[in-house]
Amino acid sequence: MIRWLPGLIGLCLVGLSLAATQALAADPVTIGVGYLGIAGTRSTLSLVEQPAENDGVAGARLAIEDNNTTGKFLNQRFALEERRIKEGEDVVQAATDLAARNGFIIADLPADALLKVADALRDRGTLLFNTGAIDERLREADCRANVIHTAPTRSMLADALGQYLVWKQWKRWLLVVGSHDEDKLFADALRRTATRFGAKIVQERSFEDTGGARRTDSGVTLIQRQMPVFTQQAPAYDVLVAADESEVFGAYLPYRTWDPRPVAGSAGLVPRSWDAAQDQWGATQMQNRFMKLNSRRMTALDMQTWTAVRMIGEATSRTNSGDVKKVTDFIKGPDFSVAAFKGTKLTLRDWNLQLRQPILLVDGRMVVSVSPQEGFLHQVSELDTLGYDRPESKCKLK
Amino acid sequence: MQAEVRTRMLRCWRVGLLSGLALAAAPAHAFVAYVSNEKSNTVSVIDTESWTVTKTIKVGQRPRGIEFTRDGKFVMVAVGDDDTIQVIDAKTQGIVDTLPSGPDPELFTQDAAGKTLYVANENDNTVTVIDLEKRARLGDIQVGVEPEGMTISPDGRILINTSETTNMAHFIDTTSRQIVANVLVDARPRFAEFKHDASELWVSSEIGGTVSIIDPGKHEVIGKINFDIPGLRREAIQPVGIGMTKDDKTAFVALGPANRVAVVDTATRKVTKYLLVGQRVWHMAFTPDEKYLLVTNGVSNDVSVIDVAAQKVIKTIQVGELPWGITIAP
Repeated sequence: MIRWLPGLIGLCLVGLSLAATQALAADPVTIGVGYLGIAGTRSTLSLVEQPAENDGVAGARLAIEDNNTTGKFLNQRFALEERRIKEGEDVVQAATDLAARNGFIIADLPADALLKVADALRDRGTLLFNTGAIDERLREADCRANVIHTAPTRSMLADALGQYLVWKQWKRWLLVVGSHDEDKLFADALRRTATRFGAKIVQERSFEDTGGARRTDSGVTLIQRQMPVFTQQAPAYDVLVAADESEVFGAYLPYRTWDPRPVAGSAGLVPRSWDAAQDQWGATQMQNRFMKLNSRRMTALDMQTWTAVRMIGEATSRTNSGDVKKVTDFIKGPDFSVAAFKGTKLTLRDWNLQLRQPILLVDGRMVVSVSPQEGFLHQVSELDTLGYDRPESKCKLK
Repeated sequence: MQAEVRTRMLRCWRVGLLSGLALAAAPAHAFVAYVSNEKSNTVSVIDTESWTVTKTIKVGQRPRGIEFTRDGKFVMVAVGDDDTIQVIDAKTQGIVDTLPSGPDPELFTQDAAGKTLYVANENDNTVTVIDLEKRARLGDIQVGVEPEGMTISPDGRILINTSETTNMAHFIDTTSRQIVANVLVDARPRFAEFKHDASELWVSSEIGGTVSIIDPGKHEVIGKINFDIPGLRREAIQPVGIGMTKDDKTAFVALGPANRVAVVDTATRKVTKYLLVGQRVWHMAFTPDEKYLLVTNGVSNDVSVIDVAAQKVIKTIQVGELPWGITIAP
């Protein structure tokens, strides 16, 4: 009895592994992608720019569809699990819960929340994609080895705009800065750009947020009186550059400056990773697919999220695997690139896991230009003329 | 045997008779090239003897893929933004008909007999099959995301479609209309071309910057062509159109914003020369005698003429805005 027991166990094991192989051949490999965001939307000055409830995640949904179209040829299936936390909810708990079922998490979170999540999930091996936070520090002093950034940084956005303004010979800037922290961070990035590319900030003014509603019944009358006054008596300048991420005053400036000058930055000519008007390099098909699925136009946040989920799909098809470690290694490796309708392949900066990408300059109706601009050269990639470069980086991936 | 030769001679004689004086008068054959101009919504007609545009035909919106029917009587042009393929009568040079493609047709290919047309519809991940005689839609084949490149194997059994976001070459059995194999290639595959002896399939990847050489029997990538142009950044090298000489010895690859056409020795799979053409070179077509290769230059709005034997650009012809596709009468 005892003698033939091991043999029996052996037989059972063979049977089991056979069954497993058969199951593998028949069932597709499922790749779980979690989405973690904050419920609610922020308010914008322009009603047209008001983000939809599904801003961002809509891009993930489309990328899941695209990945599944490819996946059916490779026996891979992608599933999206969405989670939006409300105020007061524990972001780490929500992330840990998502990570139990998903090896990849798309995170549209503020910087601090993202860092908490990254540190909590570090030992688990979950790969995070930062799709929303443009903060420099997430790629610099606070960079993490388990966070890939598809959102551009403030310095990339500022450099993209600055290159164009300098190319246009609009080198004298009147910088107007909002009173919130993120406005000041954007202003820092713009100052750095001016120094790098030889523009001159002729004067800085700050616009205090004194509170108040963004929508009023008699809005225009008052704004029309305020903005010319606010911008008068400026030294000679070519362009007004506004740093107003908080949406307090930027959009009020075009056509209302005391001197007839164009506006750029947070209003007027705006640097963005994507725009609904982008139609070059095959983007029309992408815009059409997005519209068909979501019944609205595609925003920069949607694109940053789409790109993250497509990066996962690209890596799973290239490695022919759904294994998180294998896929993560491939994405971080030297052979990885992804196509995202920007006329060039997008790759990762290996020193901080930031996605290199061209930045569009848009005016709300059209794509005016795409940076890097001609003539801004780099020894590795012209895309590295946008934002902090390797020699300047403070990031030590861990 | 003798009977066959006689029939062939007879056929030649008839053709000669039909073509009449034109053939007798011109020692070097004059051909007609049709170029689709994506932006101006026109097709430019080029005479290859005088190298001039003899006519500009107004067509639908966003004309791109363009090809002669096998009998040389008609030119089909995909007008993507009108969701159809227009048919131009080569004799009257006017639009005479439309074909029922799916939404946003871009490139298409036809079987050797010229009876069946296969169209890549970028917008809904399908390839549409059209009966050219009845001008009726026979069905759709589901493929990857953003189907684009289309070609058919010399024996007509396998249809190839490349999908730009899925990054695959799909092998489709033309009888069963089922996908029989998928081969992963580099990013944004745009164009596919068989060697005439069917031994290799070449697929260009615009964003990947390479041409993959696929063994059509084994469905495997057996080689890759890389392009390296001194002084030019890698991102600017974006392979699109491919042309293969009839002896399969030389291939020409259009490199998009690199503004060059690469000449590739197919035996060594090495680039032997880069020919400087216009800006953002897209697609190409040989004259039937293979003396010349015409390539479209999207951004500089012209067509470059390459002397195939000399491997030299000998001429530039201004056409409409953003020229894209090109076809030459058989």
